[in-house]
Amino acid sequence: MFPTPLDKRPPSARVTYQAFLPLALIAWLLPLLAVAIFSIKPGADFTNANYWGVPSSFNFIENYGQVFFNSDMPKYLLNSFLITIPTVIGAVALSAMAGFALGVYKFKANIWLFFMFVAGNFVPFQILMVPVRDLTLDLGLYNTKTGLVLFHVAFQTGFCTLFMRNFIKALPYELIEAARVEGISEIRIFWYVVLPLMKPALAALAVLIFTFIWNDYFWAVVLTQGPDSQPVTAGITAFNSEFRAMYHMMSAGSIVAALPPVAMFFLMQKHFIAGLTLGAVK
Amino acid sequence: MTSLKTTLAAALAGATMLAGTAFADGHAKLTGDLKIFSDMSNPAPRAVMEGMVARFGEMHPDLNIELTVIDREAYKTQIRNFLTADAPDVANWYAANRMRPYVDAGLFEDISDVWDEQMSTELASTKGAMTLDGKQWGVPYTYYQWGVYYRKDIYEELGLSEPSNWDEFKANCQAVIDSGKKCFTLGSKFLWTAAGWFDYLNMRTNGYDFHAALTNGEIEWTDDRVKATFANWRELLDMGAFIDDHTAYSWQESLPFMTNGDAAAILKGNFAVAPLREAGLDDSKLDFHQFPAINPDVALAEDAPTDTFHIPANASNKDNAKAFLKFVVSAENQTMINAGDALGQLPVNNKSSVDEDKFLLEGFEMLSSNSPGGVAQFFDRDAPAEMAKVAMEGFQEFMVKPDDIDRILGKLERARGRIYK
Amino acid sequence: MTLATQPVTEIERSYWQRNQQTLAPWLFLMPAILFFAVYVIYPVFQSFNLSLYEWDGLGQAEYVGLRNYEDLYWEYVDRDSFYVSLKNNLIWLVLYLLAIPAGLFIALFLNQTVTGIRLYKSLFFFPFVISQVVVGLVFTWFYDPAFGILNVVLGWFGAGPVNILGSEGTVTYGIILAGLWPQTAYCMILYLTGLNAVNPEQIEAGRLDGAKGWRMLWHVVLPQLRPATFIAFVVTIIGALRSFDLISVMTSGGPFGSSKVLAYYMFEVSLSEYGFRMGYGAAIAVVLFAIMMIFITYFLWSMYREEKR
Repeated sequence: MFPTPLDKRPPSARVTYQAFLPLALIAWLLPLLAVAIFSIKPGADFTNANYWGVPSSFNFIENYGQVFFNSDMPKYLLNSFLITIPTVIGAVALSAMAGFALGVYKFKANIWLFFMFVAGNFVPFQILMVPVRDLTLDLGLYNTKTGLVLFHVAFQTGFCTLFMRNFIKALPYELIEAARVEGISEIRIFWYVVLPLMKPALAALAVLIFTFIWNDYFWAVVLTQGPDSQPVTAGITAFNSEFRAMYHMMSAGSIVAALPPVAMFFLMQKHFIAGLTLGAVK
Repeated sequence: MTSLKTTLAAALAGATMLAGTAFADGHAKLTGDLKIFSDMSNPAPRAVMEGMVARFGEMHPDLNIELTVIDREAYKTQIRNFLTADAPDVANWYAANRMRPYVDAGLFEDISDVWDEQMSTELASTKGAMTLDGKQWGVPYTYYQWGVYYRKDIYEELGLSEPSNWDEFKANCQAVIDSGKKCFTLGSKFLWTAAGWFDYLNMRTNGYDFHAALTNGEIEWTDDRVKATFANWRELLDMGAFIDDHTAYSWQESLPFMTNGDAAAILKGNFAVAPLREAGLDDSKLDFHQFPAINPDVALAEDAPTDTFHIPANASNKDNAKAFLKFVVSAENQTMINAGDALGQLPVNNKSSVDEDKFLLEGFEMLSSNSPGGVAQFFDRDAPAEMAKVAMEGFQEFMVKPDDIDRILGKLERARGRIYK
Repeated sequence: MTLATQPVTEIERSYWQRNQQTLAPWLFLMPAILFFAVYVIYPVFQSFNLSLYEWDGLGQAEYVGLRNYEDLYWEYVDRDSFYVSLKNNLIWLVLYLLAIPAGLFIALFLNQTVTGIRLYKSLFFFPFVISQVVVGLVFTWFYDPAFGILNVVLGWFGAGPVNILGSEGTVTYGIILAGLWPQTAYCMILYLTGLNAVNPEQIEAGRLDGAKGWRMLWHVVLPQLRPATFIAFVVTIIGALRSFDLISVMTSGGPFGSSKVLAYYMFEVSLSEYGFRMGYGAAIAVVLFAIMMIFITYFLWSMYREEKR
């Protein structure tokens, strides 16, 4: 192991390390802790410039109550789920098939198609902005969750295919050969032989895409408007109104908006990290 | 937010009253749908909008009204999408050149027929702002004055009075600075606040017609008269009149400097009164004065931005929409929605009454009798959008780096050459 | 037996059965290719085309040839927004890479086995999971000259206040720092996993050779972390060139346009409150695409080499 494990060092090093660890963590998360404190302050504290002093009252219930019962936040949250979940399913399904095709079959266009997906994935998505917006308008899907989902599925397919294809390539090819000798059709090979082996990749990818899509802001701004279809990232800015800056509400709203991916991360940590790092340590 | 319910209740109570008076004269009951997109997303305007819809719905029980309130800032970019794709029957926007792109693209309906003789007389003061190419493209629903809101208690403590000319204005400011405070708070992060300063300094230095010609692209930014405006601005900058770090704040974030007493005044629209009052400045501490004359030969002119309703050309229920627009500008409704406990701004209908509010009365008085030079909309509503953006960045940059004025004006002039064709 | 049955099966096998080896990959690829072509590939070309037009997004588009690019050139010469955006993009590219050593540093710091270390690792990773919109908001308050905790802390040492996001000299660095926070967390997790896979025997061998500390890191550990470094490099470059959310939330490109990058400037001229120049925006996007292409080509090339091996 590197660096030298602590149990091979003097005990003083161990004590110092363990004392330092929580301090480092607090420093690292300081900006977030600040928002957490903001979110329980009453609005008057901000107009009176009492930012870091003791909250003049403990307004946890009021502030979060406002967020959940007196704002469009629940709508935005619901939209986020209705956008994120279909995207995850769509992107994972498309890329599992595409990854299978690129990982298993040898044909001339293979590498070029693969490169197309990879390159498309790295394209600065601003270059797509105007055409995709116009396309969505033409399809009559502007300001609908469907319009956003279709685009997200398409764009994420690039990254997912890269991921899936590399994963499938690492699977033992003999299994597929054996199945072919048995006379099993290609479609059944995909469904019954390869897909079960891909479960870890599917889970990892699903968790990762969930986070990416949930946190998308750019496309939410370009393709949707208003609480009927906008996800929560764009919804937070709606809290910020021209006539008032409600820090306490924005903080509470931000925390609510950030929670689902955080929960996802903590619940599915293993898959998440596997997803992020699969390419790195193959 | 708690006030929303009470406002709504009051509005509903008012509706029954209204239905009994103005609209008892045999107006046909409307049927079908009415889809409204509104940018009135702040708490008070939102309550007003919801109240109006409720009252209109009361009058036309068979009309199915669907109201969508969109965040005011987001609305500004989204309007072009929904006007083409998913047009409502009624939409909010702004007067003057701000509606030019949509008028030119044929996305706003020409509603000159709604502006009949009665309406044209009652709304005479804002008709010009709604007119482009000789036609009317919408109706106003509110406007508000701009001017200097100041800490009365600080002025009294320092023995200052409201300035009536530029020298007094600067002398007051010097006194405030000498007492260890700043004269003006300002949050220029979103640029348009600095444009308010430019508008006033420019209209006081060169007059309303110059403002109109400049925003219309007829005058070079490197013109000596423009430079004179900036020279006056520079005097304030050299004194240290503005708070430090104004580039980091929105206007809301700049208010605490005034409520704390670190700054004595703010140049702003009347919408600043509500948050200042809420932060504890009652009428004994907060007062208003008109921006004083700089060049005595120039007639006083004011900024008074008008907010509006329009009918998109792609709307599907235009007759219902027109009825709603007429309802919006009716004298009763105007009185109600602009009252101090609602929008707290000025009614556009001259048959309406201005609420008994110190600032509203003062503003109304100023605009109706002490603005002989004319009434401007606002820099970013009078100038085309692109020019407004470049110029307002220039204003902000000038406030930070006044020595670079020639380079900045050169940049603006290049933009002018490109934008106006 | 076999001789007798073979011709029969040859006939009975349908077209699909005979050709499924060639057809199946296309069948599997079809939906993905369709989506990708419609929403990604074709729009890229549309943008190239659009960059030759002047169009306000509402009315009729007018063909102007290369005039948009000419305008960009003059903006560059006059040190206007395009120049500023390009310069800021370069600063982003260079400084964003600091996430890699910073991530490695934290990964080394956390690569121990004490109680609760798993929880610490997840909490350190936390910033990456949070939306950039929230990160931007949080850092805007962190920097605020009036109440930001940064200036409170500086005040304890008698320094400040500094106006990070309001001064043209510091604003870009301030935003990059905010961006480095989640990006460092990302690189950290890549390295933590990489460190798990480091071969302990080589470390021991290094120790026997007397390698310690920096020398060990440089000569023994880092070469083994190469795949992690490569991925970290790729995601960081892409993150830097795509930077939009943070700028939009923290400064809207200000003060006076000094924190714009190409991705943001492009949005500003075409779709923001004051922007109506779709063609011009497309031309900016094409420039951004050209810059990105350098890295895409490099990435594809190194992948191609890998495949050939």
